[in-house]
Amino acid sequence: MAESLLIAICGAATYLWRGLGVMLSGRIRTDSAVFVWVGCVAWAMIGGLTVRILLMPAGILAETWLFDRMIAAAVALLVFFVLSRRNLFFGVGSGFVAMIVLSLLQRI
Amino acid sequence: MSSGYRLGAHEALGTPAAVLAAGYIGYGALSADIGLSVWSTLLSTIVIWALPGQLILVEMSSSGAPLIAILLAVSFSAVRFLPMTVSLLPALRAPAHGRGKEYFAAHLIAMTGWVAAMRRAPDLPEHDRLPYFVGFALALWLVSIAATGAGYLIAGALPPVSKSAFVFMNPLYFLLIMLGDARTRLMVMSLAGGAVFGPLIHLLAPQWSVLAGGLIGGSVAFALHRIASRNG
Repeated sequence: MAESLLIAICGAATYLWRGLGVMLSGRIRTDSAVFVWVGCVAWAMIGGLTVRILLMPAGILAETWLFDRMIAAAVALLVFFVLSRRNLFFGVGSGFVAMIVLSLLQRI
Repeated sequence: MSSGYRLGAHEALGTPAAVLAAGYIGYGALSADIGLSVWSTLLSTIVIWALPGQLILVEMSSSGAPLIAILLAVSFSAVRFLPMTVSLLPALRAPAHGRGKEYFAAHLIAMTGWVAAMRRAPDLPEHDRLPYFVGFALALWLVSIAATGAGYLIAGALPPVSKSAFVFMNPLYFLLIMLGDARTRLMVMSLAGGAVFGPLIHLLAPQWSVLAGGLIGGSVAFALHRIASRNG
């Protein structure tokens, strides 16, 4: 229950920015320094979180090897940037398959 | 029904839906792994409808972060919706639809639908523009809710090897989106700042790492960029 309340509040906090956007559309400049800074923080938050999950995951991912995660991420990057012209679906899919193969190899 | 709705939904139900479904299947699996209930997981996609915010929420609750830190971090990750909404609405506006419709459409704004509508709206007749966006984004939203539930249930039923691969889709998805999207030097510097400070702070205070890593890494990137552009 507490958990869904937190989610609902986070949903309201997210909608707040969308609703405010409707209210202010046509009336404010969005290229001011404050927006640029907030954008930097948002990028850094999600960038840091992604790298942290790859290097030091929690939960079930912690049972995979760092080396396997790096190889699978490299496969995904290769497919995404080189082989599939930035197709996100193939990129993520190839990393997924690579992870399964590597985890199976580890068990042999 | 305006043909704009159908056109939007039709164009969404291809690559855009497949890509988002992959992201949300991974998210559902992650959420199951950290022990969120299936209803809370579905609720998060329904009410937040922003994968970065949802990932932050789930990761921070699993590391035992204080509620206020979670709320602040999720809010920070959602501020981008303000400039996105401000810039999208004039492209969709027609005298025929009122403000109420716009407040509803605003909930559906997220990266994929925003990009599609910004590109397509100018080619459409004025009265079809908002319907096109709503059709497009509503279809993605519904697919993503279904994918969230599917990811959650699949992960619960799978052996650990494939379950970890599903959870692994989360960092992969963001890694590719971020590197594929980082066009400006400022974006690259912010990502690098976060990539350095986020994990470092995680070693000291895991429950604060997302928020503090973002604030420090992002502010350092912002400051360096300002100094560099002043001197350059």
